[in-house]
Amino acid sequence: MIIPCPFCGPRDLSEFAYCGDADNLAARPDPASTDQAAWNAYAYDRANPAGEHAEIWQHAGGCRRHLRVVRNTVTHAIGAVEMVGSKS
Amino acid sequence: MADYSALAIVRNALTGNENWKPAWRKPEPKTRYDVVIIGGGGHGLATAYYLASEFGIRNVAVLEKGWLGSGNIGRNTTIVRSNYMLTGNVPFYEHSMKLWENLSHELNYNVMFSQRGIINLFHTPGQEDEAARRGNSMILQGVDARFVRPPELRRRVPALNVSGNTRFPVLGGLEQPRAGTARHDAVAWGYARGADRRGVDIIENCEVTGFVRDGDQVTGVETTRGRISAGKIGVAVAGSTNRVMALAGIERLPIESHVLQAFVTESVKPCLDTVVTFGGGHLYISQSDKGSLVFGGDIDGYNSYAQRGNLPIVEDVMSEVLELFPAFAKLRLLRSWGGIMDMSMDGSPIITKGPVPGLYLNAGWCYGGFKATPASGWCFAHTIARDEPHEHNAAFTLDRFHRGYVIDEKGQGATPWKH
Ligand SMILES: Cc1cc2nc3c(=O)[nH]c(=O)nc-3n(C[C@H](O)[C@H](O)[C@H](O)COP(=O)(O)OP(=O)(O)OC[C@H]3O[C@@H](n4cnc5c(N)ncnc54)[C@H](O)[C@@H]3O)c2cc1C
Ligand SMILES: [Zn+2]
Repeated sequence: MIIPCPFCGPRDLSEFAYCGDADNLAARPDPASTDQAAWNAYAYDRANPAGEHAEIWQHAGGCRRHLRVVRNTVTHAIGAVEMVGSKS
Repeated sequence: MADYSALAIVRNALTGNENWKPAWRKPEPKTRYDVVIIGGGGHGLATAYYLASEFGIRNVAVLEKGWLGSGNIGRNTTIVRSNYMLTGNVPFYEHSMKLWENLSHELNYNVMFSQRGIINLFHTPGQEDEAARRGNSMILQGVDARFVRPPELRRRVPALNVSGNTRFPVLGGLEQPRAGTARHDAVAWGYARGADRRGVDIIENCEVTGFVRDGDQVTGVETTRGRISAGKIGVAVAGSTNRVMALAGIERLPIESHVLQAFVTESVKPCLDTVVTFGGGHLYISQSDKGSLVFGGDIDGYNSYAQRGNLPIVEDVMSEVLELFPAFAKLRLLRSWGGIMDMSMDGSPIITKGPVPGLYLNAGWCYGGFKATPASGWCFAHTIARDEPHEHNAAFTLDRFHRGYVIDEKGQGATPWKH
């Protein structure tokens, strides 16, 4: 699997670390919230689709940026890749 | 359908082996069953078998989208053990071990269960303490366990590098002598034949594509071979759990699907008569009765339904094999493949009534569900027949995550790619 890093260009899978479901991370409850059901759902429940899946990968062996990668979980085909986190 | 016996082998040999009968029928689906099981893997077939044999429910169908054995039951590395530690897990896996010990006899089908033992190696004093704690916990709960020291390891596993000149020197191992391996396809076929001869319809090439509802209640399934109504519906589809449950309106579960790869070498003469696991990384290896070395390691580490893996894990697993067994570098690799597993968020399974009325869920087997096949079928059949769990699966609920009763055997939290 090759992931095209917007900063470094196409690099092999072995340079990247998987950080999980992007939509799930985005749906994190407000840190001040004490809504137990919302926190439990965030920690444990997943959509787990067969097909397009938005996920976070860190280019750990390269620029170390976090990327939002849309990947097909059935074919491993990589779609849109964009940077997330601090702007440069 | 004839029993397998020495006499039957001789009789069939004399007639050119042309009169063996199929091991199970190929019935057309009926329009209604008391219980429909979705998924003709090991767990689904064992459930149907025990529903008929233990709980007297025989008007049962198992619906399988492919052929029997096409899922994980036919893809695993065949290790059977009950060396768990936590109270929710130990009685369940030990129940499974006891069923394994009598399975070939009970099914009249040789599942080639071989109690060759499993040795989990440790490489640091910390790991040694952890192994001692696990071993003591096992012995206290009636399971067998013993320590194996390097001199014995040298004798028992001559190919193992116990020299000390390695990055992770072997200090010893925790052995479960009653653990071992079984022929995975034979487990599926044996349960299938046993269920079939008790009246269960096993329907292959029949994919469930939807559920029929009456209000909240699920009352049947839509399939590629027509609509089938059912009093109760059990879901046992391993890596496809989210896909099938989404058809019932359950969009989110504490499960992620991940690919696990396995590898087989060319056959060589007997050189490894136990199962060995590597504590410095993650590797499990044994030699099949045909002579091939069978091994696997970690999951690839990201969600996947691809049933094939990627190269970094291949490299990782191979390096671990060579760290432990330098001589195996000379062997040629024959095949590798992947299977899709339902990784639960605490690494433990789910066997429960619901979460929708009329449905029963058997899931979250992660990469260790083969050993569980008999007890999983037994407990799931109990749950379906009695509408309540047996004490051995009472802890395996779906709501344990939200209630704070996770069964986290490794103490790693909600990181499914780590189990
Ligand atoms: C490479 C590998 C190595 C492993 N090694 C071990 C090991 O050494 N020891 C161990 O204990 N465990 C091991 N496991 C795990 C173990 O194999 C699984 O946990 C267990 O087999 C899963 O249960 P099952 O056999 O019922 O699943 P499966 O055999 O996958 O059965 C599920 C069935 O459901 C069917 N299905 C899916 N969707 C539908 C639908 N819509 N309609 C109808 N049917 C459907 C599928 O076709 C499939 O046949 C390993 C797994 C893999 C992949
Ligand atoms: Zn980069």
